[in-house]
Amino acid sequence: MAMAAEAKFHVLAVDDTLIDRKLIEKLLKTSSYQVTAVDSGTKALEFLGLNNKERNSKADASVDVEVNMIITDYCMPGMTGYDLLREIKGCSSLKDIPVVIMSSDNIPSRINRCLEDGAEEFFLKPVQLSDVNKLRPHLMRSRSKPNINKRKAAEEIVSPDRTRTRFNQAEERSSSPN
Amino acid sequence: MEVVQIQRRLVDYTKSLFMEGFLDGQFLQLQQLQDESNPDFVVEVVSLFFDDSEKLLNELTIALDQPNVDFKKVDGHVHQLKGSSSSIGAQRVKNVCIAFRNFCEVQNIEGCLTCLQQVKQEYYLVKNKLETLFRLEQQIVASGGSIPMIEMGF
Repeated sequence: MAMAAEAKFHVLAVDDTLIDRKLIEKLLKTSSYQVTAVDSGTKALEFLGLNNKERNSKADASVDVEVNMIITDYCMPGMTGYDLLREIKGCSSLKDIPVVIMSSDNIPSRINRCLEDGAEEFFLKPVQLSDVNKLRPHLMRSRSKPNINKRKAAEEIVSPDRTRTRFNQAEERSSSPN
Repeated sequence: MEVVQIQRRLVDYTKSLFMEGFLDGQFLQLQQLQDESNPDFVVEVVSLFFDDSEKLLNELTIALDQPNVDFKKVDGHVHQLKGSSSSIGAQRVKNVCIAFRNFCEVQNIEGCLTCLQQVKQEYYLVKNKLETLFRLEQQIVASGGSIPMIEMGF
């Protein structure tokens, strides 16, 4: 099924609660995903954006910190999971990353709104291994799209301080989310 | 006491916690996630729950003691407590939190105070039970035995 030594999928987990962060991290690692866990939507966006600034300035940043999926709690202070979803879907270079929302409250209107606005799945907490198993198809689907993200991002690089583009590595996302 | 006896005691004790509703399936999920790469996973997560809960119970006590109670604030704390208790499978604590939130919504101070009392009770009960459970596990491991997996057949 897997081709020659594919890198692990990298999931960015966002939750303001330490217990739930620890839990989701364990669930994801048990399922053989690489995990980065942050405690706010703001930090998530920084992580998604900062990577690119760093890689931009390195000669050969072969360390690929591409994010293949974002799984986020809904109820967070400041930027909610829904706000984060909207930010990601509204950013041309991030919008193809699948986003999953988690919530402890079973509110159908909330669930529908998230799904309608681009979330792939909505999990009720506490999240189970069986939920995490549902992620793989979304990840496989994204990966099988031939470098769509990379190509798109390359096309969008217009800022003058970028002197070169690299087409064979995970491309920088565009400079800032809208 | 022989290892086998402690193991049996642990199994019976754990089963009783499920029967009496102190713990639910989520706790089993935590145990299933524990492995050699993270042998203290359950204890770590539960310890976080203890720390978190004690902080929240303090804040709730203070918040409900105010002349003008900020029910939104109270609800926020209860929401958090409900979340963390649910995440570790502390079912009875979680259930009180559900009732507690309903009282917050209608701004019923008496109901809230009663729930606060109840949730403290349930918290200290489950804390006690879990500490006993962990102690039994430690005894087994110290005697060179392995911790039996509980089959609950849910």
